[in-house]
Amino acid sequence: MTTTAETTPIRPGLTETLRGLRNHGDVVLALILWMLVPFQAAAWLIYGEAGASDLKWEALSLPLLAVVVPLTLRYGDAIRPNAESIASLGLAANMAVFTVGAFAWERDGLVTGVVSGSLFALGAIGITLIYGILKFGHFAHGDSMMLSAYLAFMFLTGSIAGEAQNHDVQILPFNTRDLPGAADDIWRFSFGYSLLVAMGLTALVMAVLLIGLDRAVYGPLRRRGSGIVTYSIASLGLALVIRSLMLIFWGSDPRFYSPGIRRSTELPFQIHILYDQIFILGMAFAMMAALYLLLYRTKLGKSMRAMSDNADLSRICGINTERTVMWTWAISGAFVAIAGVMLGLQTQLRPELGFIILLPLFASAILGGVGSPQGALVGGLLIGIVQETSVTSGLVDPGYKFSVAAIVLIVILLVRPRGLFGRSQ
Amino acid sequence: MKRLSVESLLPALCVVLATVVILGVSFEQNGDLERTVRFYVGFLGVAAVLAIFALALNLQWGNTGVFNFGVAGFFLIGAYTAAIITKEPDRTSFEDYFGGFGPKLDIAPFLHTDQWFPFLVAIVVSGAVCGLIAYLISIPTLRLREDYLAIATIGVAELTRRIAIEEQSIGNGTRGLGNIPGPLQGTVNANDYRYVFLTVAIVLVVILFIVLERSVRSPWGRVLRALREDELTTEASGKSVSAYKTQAFVMGAVIMGVGGAMYAFEARAISPETFTHFFGTFLIWTMVIVGGSGNNKGVLVGAYVVWAFWQSSLLIQSYDMPDVLQVRIPFFRDMILGLLIVIVLLFMPKGLIPERARVSIWAERALRGIRQADAGGPAPPPTPDKTETKDT
Repeated sequence: MTTTAETTPIRPGLTETLRGLRNHGDVVLALILWMLVPFQAAAWLIYGEAGASDLKWEALSLPLLAVVVPLTLRYGDAIRPNAESIASLGLAANMAVFTVGAFAWERDGLVTGVVSGSLFALGAIGITLIYGILKFGHFAHGDSMMLSAYLAFMFLTGSIAGEAQNHDVQILPFNTRDLPGAADDIWRFSFGYSLLVAMGLTALVMAVLLIGLDRAVYGPLRRRGSGIVTYSIASLGLALVIRSLMLIFWGSDPRFYSPGIRRSTELPFQIHILYDQIFILGMAFAMMAALYLLLYRTKLGKSMRAMSDNADLSRICGINTERTVMWTWAISGAFVAIAGVMLGLQTQLRPELGFIILLPLFASAILGGVGSPQGALVGGLLIGIVQETSVTSGLVDPGYKFSVAAIVLIVILLVRPRGLFGRSQ
Repeated sequence: MKRLSVESLLPALCVVLATVVILGVSFEQNGDLERTVRFYVGFLGVAAVLAIFALALNLQWGNTGVFNFGVAGFFLIGAYTAAIITKEPDRTSFEDYFGGFGPKLDIAPFLHTDQWFPFLVAIVVSGAVCGLIAYLISIPTLRLREDYLAIATIGVAELTRRIAIEEQSIGNGTRGLGNIPGPLQGTVNANDYRYVFLTVAIVLVVILFIVLERSVRSPWGRVLRALREDELTTEASGKSVSAYKTQAFVMGAVIMGVGGAMYAFEARAISPETFTHFFGTFLIWTMVIVGGSGNNKGVLVGAYVVWAFWQSSLLIQSYDMPDVLQVRIPFFRDMILGLLIVIVLLFMPKGLIPERARVSIWAERALRGIRQADAGGPAPPPTPDKTETKDT
């Protein structure tokens, strides 16, 4: 290894430079990731001192050329065998610096990030379970999440959009707000138990709906032995259908559950948090714990894990795979429904959010490692934190909020496609 | 004689039905034949532009199995590149954009090069930019599972749209770019321009169709289809899967860039709102899936039929109907499009015109020769006794 490094000419021409860089793409990436660490730290320090960071991404380009290129050409061969682990460590160091910086100087963004991250995690659970057991990316998941937010709205108010704007019509013979005392706020949340009832109903409906979709669409494709890509296209078609159903029933105007004031509180370390956000966090972690128990303490969980290891083998071993698949859809549906309803607590409901939120969901699932529920939790939290704080700290323009997930996703695919907790393929 | 069956008549039936519907609805609306024809010509122009995208996606997905869900991104990049190249350099106070090279590209006045040369440059540059971006995307993603490319391309499409919205100085932000000139625009009056555009677009589609048909039949195309069917076997026979996938993906993106440029010339005004995932990606995917992925002819039929459905459903909106229904027609249209994808995948997975099993053009010729020899050629040598052949 060292001999080749010594024999390279001291001042290589352009062609050799380009060839060297192309052959050592992974080395370049690893070095770039490590260079990002001090850059980020500097950006955070400036932000902490001055309240706003003037450090723009363009500032990185010159040191990149001045340091990364010569280093790669000189030591590329020596670094290359360990490039993947160096790059992974670099990614981890970046995330660590980011989290520390966010905790030190951007606590509000951090809180929002953790809250939306826990929602991403709940949604990503469904994606990762379906990926593990049925081996395809479910592109209708973001829209399912949004649809459940709207379903809860319907159960809450009993109404859908009517002829004109701001003119809703009742279609349900009941609504959960009419239950005795249901509209009174629980503790200091901005909602009463009517929302909890609506949430339960939505979870039920979504579980049944996803099982129905599996029976109607994915099941026949599975029996025909279609490739994984066919499922993905079918799920994209279904995403379109779900999106247009939302538009048909509730229109394109933004909606929200309750216009009331949201009360906030202050926790130790000067962390300001809304009571609703405490509810979201508590609920998300309770669901995660329930999923853990289900996967590792019940027979169903065992058969799900067996199927994600090897579907054929588990069928031979007498596991009822169709039943397991059904439960997978039911669990994913319930999780995505609750995530959707809590998303509605956090933001306004907009139909187009469904497809946009797909990116953070997939980024969480892939960052954590596809097929790994623990990974989905960690991935979701990281994506949430990075997405919110990079915007609130001014490192990224607010318009690019949802693109942050796309960038993180591409970096993960470059550095460590199997994710943090994934098995090597 | 080929036997006529329902399957072989279905595509023709769909085309006829689509034409009747679109002509009928627009005649009902316009009232006279001339305006109907003018509408139809404009409709065909857009259909031809979208057919370019469908052909490109068919190269990527239909022939190679490369899973591009970010057509909208390439669509936007192609259209914006073409617009900032061909637009005037003088900006009004409402417009801020990069470039505006159009009139500078007039190199030989006596040839009227300003009528076609900037547009040629724009088309070439749009294709090149899209190809470059596709190459950059392909580096991390094409080595991985198919669905990773899908989600990465969705990400890139979203990112490009955000950039077009946020970076005011590139393409005027949300207001978008207007007054984009079209090729050969000054040669006819504005009313008849759509005929010129249609001719240009159709010539382009025909060229692309021929090039793609030939390249799909070439050894290169055979490798693409082989790796679509089975990557491992293709790799085992000494073909670099990632190299071929990259080539197909970049080729498709180049064609998408060309299509984007043509769209900019047709629409005359573009804004980030045009290139949503819905219009830019799903519509093209529906065209390919409905038409028959893997078959260029089928994809053209798909583009025509789906676009006819799309346009006629828009025209229906102006009929008398309850308000409840009327405001929701665009949403119903979206839903039907989504259902169409699912239904075709379930009940007609090969689309309107299924892909034909094809071998090498030389093998086909050799086979034809053998068949001709069997049918009308010199009498075959006398067959030996059956019992004898069984013995040996």
